[in-house]
Amino acid sequence: MSEILLLVESKEGLLDNQTLELIGGGSNLGKDLGLDVSAVVVGHETSSLAESVASYGLKKIYRLEHPLLQGFQPDAWVGALEWLCKQITPKVLLISHSFIGKEVAPRLASRLNVELTTDCVSLKADPGDGLLVRSKPIYGGNAIAILKVEGTPQIVTVRKNAFQPMEPVATKSEIVEMVPSLDESIIRVKSLKTVEEEVVELDKANVVIAGGRGIAEQEDFEMLVALGKAMSKAHGNVMIGCSRPVVDKCWMSSDHQVGLTGSMIAPDAYIAIGISGAIQHLVGMIRSKKIISINTDAGCNMFKVSDYGVVADYKDILPALLKKMEE
Amino acid sequence: MKEPNIIVCAKQIPDPEAPFSNVTVDVENKEVIVDAPDVISPYDENALEAAIRIKEEMGGKITVLSMGKKVSDTVLRKSLAAGADSLILLEDPLFDRLQSQSVAYVLSRAVEKIGEYDLILTGRQAGDWDSGQMGLILGELLGIPSISLARSVKVQDGTLLVEKTVPVGYEVVEAALPAVVTVSNEVGELRYVARTKMLGLLRRPMVIPKWGTKELSLEAEKLKAVGLMELSPPADMRRDCVFIEGPTAEDMADKLFSVFKELQ
Repeated sequence: MSEILLLVESKEGLLDNQTLELIGGGSNLGKDLGLDVSAVVVGHETSSLAESVASYGLKKIYRLEHPLLQGFQPDAWVGALEWLCKQITPKVLLISHSFIGKEVAPRLASRLNVELTTDCVSLKADPGDGLLVRSKPIYGGNAIAILKVEGTPQIVTVRKNAFQPMEPVATKSEIVEMVPSLDESIIRVKSLKTVEEEVVELDKANVVIAGGRGIAEQEDFEMLVALGKAMSKAHGNVMIGCSRPVVDKCWMSSDHQVGLTGSMIAPDAYIAIGISGAIQHLVGMIRSKKIISINTDAGCNMFKVSDYGVVADYKDILPALLKKMEE
Repeated sequence: MKEPNIIVCAKQIPDPEAPFSNVTVDVENKEVIVDAPDVISPYDENALEAAIRIKEEMGGKITVLSMGKKVSDTVLRKSLAAGADSLILLEDPLFDRLQSQSVAYVLSRAVEKIGEYDLILTGRQAGDWDSGQMGLILGELLGIPSISLARSVKVQDGTLLVEKTVPVGYEVVEAALPAVVTVSNEVGELRYVARTKMLGLLRRPMVIPKWGTKELSLEAEKLKAVGLMELSPPADMRRDCVFIEGPTAEDMADKLFSVFKELQ
């Protein structure tokens, strides 16, 4: 029986929310196409993860079990998924547009000789031909492309928040344990070590204060940090973000970057300082509840998407604001 | 080790930093029209910078490969001014609006035609379609190791050493050459190219090879169109901005503070 297959991902040992969204979206596509929906868990000793996925009304949970699949080893994961797809020939393959998904999906698509569409924001089924109608923002979000491609499986990666997450159901899915045939020789890229760095998770912030190309000196970010400290008393978790040019100058690490290739966030308030508003930045923060901008250019795009704007030099406004807040 | 031959795949695109007011969507012709000059896709510039740093350390040769329908060599000559040794354009009317699979197929044939190479570098994704597939598919088609999201690339004793950005920090990985690496912006911006050097290069007569379907002996049925059904403008993002005004910075700061107080 041919089916829709989705790739399960975990975060700190727990089922990732993006996977729940894939299950939600996959279930709707399953109804429209008249197909069962199953999931694949890849890894080593993943029985508890497989158990937790089994509560979401899926037909089957394929648990691909192998010591080489421990952690995330791209060569091994691609090999295992290729092996499974050749066994069960799914009609549709749904993968999160996540760190793992972005790495695995293109290589898997190439091995299965099908065309992948990455970063889809919505998916529909064409009941006529059974193909997926894929919506993907292009040119940084300046246009939405609607695409249809021949080939089986229909393979896509899906952006966060594209679907409603699935809620648990009473019945349990069948878990099918499989051991893919893999050997050491497929590992061509060897991991020597992982260096953990302090990483900010901007999506956990209540308020993000972000600086852009308009910030003249790296030291000026200290003013943003000071503002963040002052605001955190009344506004909870305040974090510092930036637009891409700041990362390009190596003033901040990329975990602070907001936008298409950085974090996509929706805090209670987003304060943009010296950010002109290139659309690839805007798509990352446009879902913020309140947007406040400070910029010297009254005509810049950032003001067009803001709730409040101050046309002024941050070097004048921020010290005055800090003084006011200290009072 | 011998001096490495590096291939950099670079795409020419309309400047992705252009303000959105300069972008229009031609729904009828399914085309995005950007009123901005063309540039080398920013991540591909990062890839070129990574290549130049390797060349500075070890010597070697950098070949820039660029594919498109009407590639302007004036844009790509910037890569020569920055430090690349040669430029090859992949140009053919049939190369318009191809699927990622097909683009990777054309590039793989071009790489095979170049023949001798140790390392292929390209951006993690192009700044127009942001698909992020090319480098990884190219690795598959050529049957060589691929590493994505590099923040540093080094060749040491004939082995490739890459620091790859991962969610918790970075991972140090190694692979045998030849290999493909997709480069991220943490590598750093492409070095500054003096305008006089650019102009000098533009004036110098130069024969830039152009390879098409014939030169690459491509199978036409492998050149598949992207499958674009429709193109639509994005949802309107505009909000009604209340401008905070005042005679002095202190005055504006006071008003801004009141706005902050109203936030939950």
